[in-house]
Amino acid sequence: MCLAMPVLVLELTSDDQAIVDLGGVRRRVSLALVDAVQAGDYVILHAGYALQKLDREEADRTLGLFADLARLDAS
Amino acid sequence: MNRARKDWSHPLDFRDGRVDMTHGSGGRAMAQLIDELFLEAFDNRWLRALNDQACLDVPAGRLAMATDAHVVSPLFFPGGDIGSLSVHGTINDVAMAGARPLYLAAAFVLEEGFALADLRRIVQSMARAAREARVPVVTGDTKVVQAGKGDGVFITTTGIGVIPDGVEIAGARARPGDRILVSGTLGEHGVAVMACREGLEFASSVRSDTAALHELVAAMVDTAPGIHVLRDPTRGGLATTLNEIARASDVGMMIDEARVPVSEGVAAACEFLGLDPLYVANEGKLVCICAAEDAGRVLGAMRAHSLGADAALIGEVVADPNCFVQMQTALGGRRIVDWLSGEQLPRIC
Amino acid sequence: MKYIDEFRDAGSARGLAAAIARETDASREYRIMEFCGGHTHAISRYGIADLLPANIRLIHGPGCPVCVLPMGRIDSAIELALEHKVMLLVYGDCLRLPASAGMSLMQARARGADVRMVYSTQDALRFARDNPRREVVFFAIGFETTTPATAVAVLQAERDGLANFSVFCNHVLTPPAIEHILGSPSQAGDVALDGFIGPAHVSTVIGSRPYERFATDYGKPLVIAGFEPLDVMQAIRMLVAQLNEGRAEVENEFTRAVTRDGNLKAQRLCAQVFELREAFEWRGLGVLASSALRLNERYRGFDAEARFRLAARSAPDHKACECGAILRGSKRPSECRLFGTACTPERPMGSCMVSSEGACAAHYSYGRFRDAA
Repeated sequence: MCLAMPVLVLELTSDDQAIVDLGGVRRRVSLALVDAVQAGDYVILHAGYALQKLDREEADRTLGLFADLARLDAS
Repeated sequence: MNRARKDWSHPLDFRDGRVDMTHGSGGRAMAQLIDELFLEAFDNRWLRALNDQACLDVPAGRLAMATDAHVVSPLFFPGGDIGSLSVHGTINDVAMAGARPLYLAAAFVLEEGFALADLRRIVQSMARAAREARVPVVTGDTKVVQAGKGDGVFITTTGIGVIPDGVEIAGARARPGDRILVSGTLGEHGVAVMACREGLEFASSVRSDTAALHELVAAMVDTAPGIHVLRDPTRGGLATTLNEIARASDVGMMIDEARVPVSEGVAAACEFLGLDPLYVANEGKLVCICAAEDAGRVLGAMRAHSLGADAALIGEVVADPNCFVQMQTALGGRRIVDWLSGEQLPRIC
Repeated sequence: MKYIDEFRDAGSARGLAAAIARETDASREYRIMEFCGGHTHAISRYGIADLLPANIRLIHGPGCPVCVLPMGRIDSAIELALEHKVMLLVYGDCLRLPASAGMSLMQARARGADVRMVYSTQDALRFARDNPRREVVFFAIGFETTTPATAVAVLQAERDGLANFSVFCNHVLTPPAIEHILGSPSQAGDVALDGFIGPAHVSTVIGSRPYERFATDYGKPLVIAGFEPLDVMQAIRMLVAQLNEGRAEVENEFTRAVTRDGNLKAQRLCAQVFELREAFEWRGLGVLASSALRLNERYRGFDAEARFRLAARSAPDHKACECGAILRGSKRPSECRLFGTACTPERPMGSCMVSSEGACAAHYSYGRFRDAA
């Protein structure tokens, strides 16, 4: 259910929309559901709409936890 | 080209002209279309003879023959168009028997109202593809259907080729222990076409991989005449092709996800659309199954060719009464890679 | 792909698998339901089960909007397209949905229905603008993740005066379905569920708060998790820890985009446009109270059900279909006698086989080698 993916906001365009990028693929999406998004932000995209900003610090924290476990496993 | 006569007082209007019913009626308008478009583009001695058939000299050996009806929407897409696709598709079908393609035939179904400029662009692209592949289009046919009864243009091509002695390539010849190779990154054609469909427009640098594979096949067969199976994973992608072979050969397969080559652009587009690259169409890739002892040489021959530069060994054939195609996932798990079920459709959930 | 590939890393998966193996109590079983079809899909596609100890059993829940949509609703959509001759706009997922008598929207298209695929409600509005003489109906489907996009479209259609646009609303709610599973009296053979994995994308909108009372009222832990394989594994690990410690809390694994309150703007827009239906039928689960949305009085003009006077239709599932038991976790897909014979992804008979996210389809397409072994 609810396929969504993190995408990078490249630029804001008129009418509450933005151009986003995912691995070189670009698409125009709606920002009607989120406030204060800026170029350079990552957002969670679902069916053409940004649903939520992605908190990069939290993402890095989660990844740090995984990396610690991977190191523990490798050692 | 020297034409014997010129009966047409006005040349075809390739700027604003449209296909009309007279272009398929068998009369003068049709003759003019053949003359100024098809002969001009394909130019060869068989077509110039203006017979209803091409009379061909065929070398000794077994013949491979294939036919393929091409419908694609949109007609023009990044990396190709229906014209180049219709040449490559049939050449590849012939080549997958290990054959050297010799000649092509082409039949066009044109829709009334189709722009002559677009038709010329398609025919010229087709002629260029045939010329580059060195496989001439030696005979053809044109019909026109009423507006609304076609989708611009449908092209059916038929090809024949000759199979070198000692080559015996067939879908039923995969054996447990054989190795599975692919000639390059997967899913590019399907993604390129989908990227420009109405409603899905996304900007991507992915171009269709449409290409004629017969020279790559010739290099592979030269190296290892004992190759067991060749197949081009078009509609339904790699997953469907492997399942077809598994069923025909009554074997199973085990592939390794980490070794399956997929470009970043295709991976990203699939992420956007909820698709699996294993099921996305290719038009310039092949799957090869050969004995383990041949695999290294075949892979080397593939990588030495420009169309096989990213070739990879992705797995092996196993004994399995269920004929399952299974995959070791990159994460370290295992799953089935099933037949495509239904149509490959973009998902939001 | 930033923030995607890192969450599929094989080394980290091994690390997580080792941690889970270390931390599980071999003397007990952990029965965890992943509510959402997206998680079912991730578990199957990445082969996550192979990385888990045998005493962790994953039970696939009903959280797939196309799976739980009853056939009667698809019959109504086909009626819109074939009899009312509207231009029907659907997400790609819906084209293959089985209706009664072997029909589907794909089949309806073959019979002349004008059914088109869209990727976003923005595309749907564009079709309505470009075809002012046609009635254009958007087949709205999905959980809370997808609902706000429909709300935006309705508000935009009102603002732009798109009188030819309407919505056939099938939006359903996650918490009532989980509550139904938690609260349904156990039937013979049912397994007691120990905990839940909740869908992160739903919670980007509704937050984690709506689940809190489940933890307190039913004493079951729930971890909201992302859809990448490492997210799912970490959520399992967090549930194992809660169960070992006897805790029952709502925890959030997807801290990178889920907060306790969720997306208040999206919630506000939905509240502006929708109201609760008293009851709605879920395929496989039955009729659930207050589990779905329709357009409210103010926006009734955009409701295709009102505009085209659609009658409620009901189409029963096959008698031998075990979807209900499978969705409750009391049967496995392979224990249904229709599975893989009469019921396949090509010809689904029950809800769990409808989309690749359904429990049966996922098992058939990705996991049935386990039955053969």
